[in-house]
Amino acid sequence: MVFLAKRIIPCLDVKEGRTVKGVNFENLRDAGDIVELAGRYSDEGADELVFLDITASNDCRKTRLEWVERVARQVRIPFTVGGGIVSERDVEALLRKGADKVSVNSSVLKEPGLIDRLAAAFGKQCIVVAVDARQDGGEWRVYSHGGRVETERELFSWVKEVEERGAGEILFTSMDHDGTHQGFACDAVARMTTLVNVPVIASGGAGCMEDFYDAFTRGQADAVLAAGVFHFGQVRIPELKCFLREKGIVVR
Amino acid sequence: MKKRIELDDREELVTCKPVTCNSPKVTIIEYGAGNLFSVKAAVERLGGEVVCSADPEVIRGADKVIFPGVGQAAAAMRQLRRYGLDRVIPELEVPMLGICLGMQLMCAYSEEGATEGLGIFPMRVNEFEKSSKVPHMGWNGVYDLKSGLLEGVNEGERVYFVHSYYVPVSEYTVASCDYQVVFSAAIRKGNFWGCQFHPEKSAGVGERIIENFLKM
Repeated sequence: MVFLAKRIIPCLDVKEGRTVKGVNFENLRDAGDIVELAGRYSDEGADELVFLDITASNDCRKTRLEWVERVARQVRIPFTVGGGIVSERDVEALLRKGADKVSVNSSVLKEPGLIDRLAAAFGKQCIVVAVDARQDGGEWRVYSHGGRVETERELFSWVKEVEERGAGEILFTSMDHDGTHQGFACDAVARMTTLVNVPVIASGGAGCMEDFYDAFTRGQADAVLAAGVFHFGQVRIPELKCFLREKGIVVR
Repeated sequence: MKKRIELDDREELVTCKPVTCNSPKVTIIEYGAGNLFSVKAAVERLGGEVVCSADPEVIRGADKVIFPGVGQAAAAMRQLRRYGLDRVIPELEVPMLGICLGMQLMCAYSEEGATEGLGIFPMRVNEFEKSSKVPHMGWNGVYDLKSGLLEGVNEGERVYFVHSYYVPVSEYTVASCDYQVVFSAAIRKGNFWGCQFHPEKSAGVGERIIENFLKM
């Protein structure tokens, strides 16, 4: 356990085959080009990449398979694709095009048995279950559809169920922290990492390098995912890795 | 005088081995265990030519063979038997590289589905205990590196692993890794090489390893 490096994962939102949310990188010809941005992060030392397809409607499936293939051709690190994945067929098509993992969220809240089926068909190592939650009167409540729809689910019981059904990893986003740049939900992450025996990726709230350190120490996260701080350069991966290494965190 | 002899030796070497600029040709065994896309892409990025096939004749005639695999050992062995590859692979004399499950299947036996393997390495593949998070997934360091496949890789450099079963350390180990136990990160027996990690997903270090294989 001690020897496995803590992972740093940039997240790219993709719409109609291009990255969105804006990026502010120097020396990029085209900030919207998925492959160029992915290659940049990979060269900087990102350990994995997550692509979240925020269009993901039926007519975009074909576009998605095209850009996934382009990424797989060029990028030398593992990557996960999420957004609108509802069936074994979706997963099979993505893996065939070179995605290493898929991330599911709303579809498994609607139909939890899908996790069991995907894990059995493709192996749990490629099934990431993303969970978005916010605190509501002291209780963590799970939301679906990109945080728009409240569900009946309580966070920790859902996470436990997800693990038992065969999730290989849990990507937990605190909606309360997301976009605030005030740090991760370390207490909730810590509770989760002791509760389950699969890797937990903490997401939502990255503002500075100390926040990553806290997520790995206080939160005991196995990996940390962030978007904006990387896209806009508040945190640069090579410096972040140095910072964490100096503070005794095992990184690549 | 001594210098002269060396020079002559070198000249002789050059005439015996004509310089060829042909790109290395690699046959990837396609037997329905996991997707080959990333392995193929990695070889092509390095200038290799790739053929994917499960045809015993094509594989027998290959210059170099990569044997990938993601999935369950017993199911993958059934696929190999279906194509008659369980007999073809152990007889290969060209450089062959098994990756992840491919490496495990080159061993004698796997606990995963309690299956016989190809028996190239007389090893038994064990399951990790559930005391740590399983699968062992992520970037871990490789140590005790022997040359060849690992040429130019530094002690402790990190490569990408995803697996729940492992090959113990033995006389065939050419790189080791530590997760619960010290296990084989790479193995070698003659022309047969195996790596437990995914070089095609291991950034620059992985590229170096594939390059070493292409040069064999």
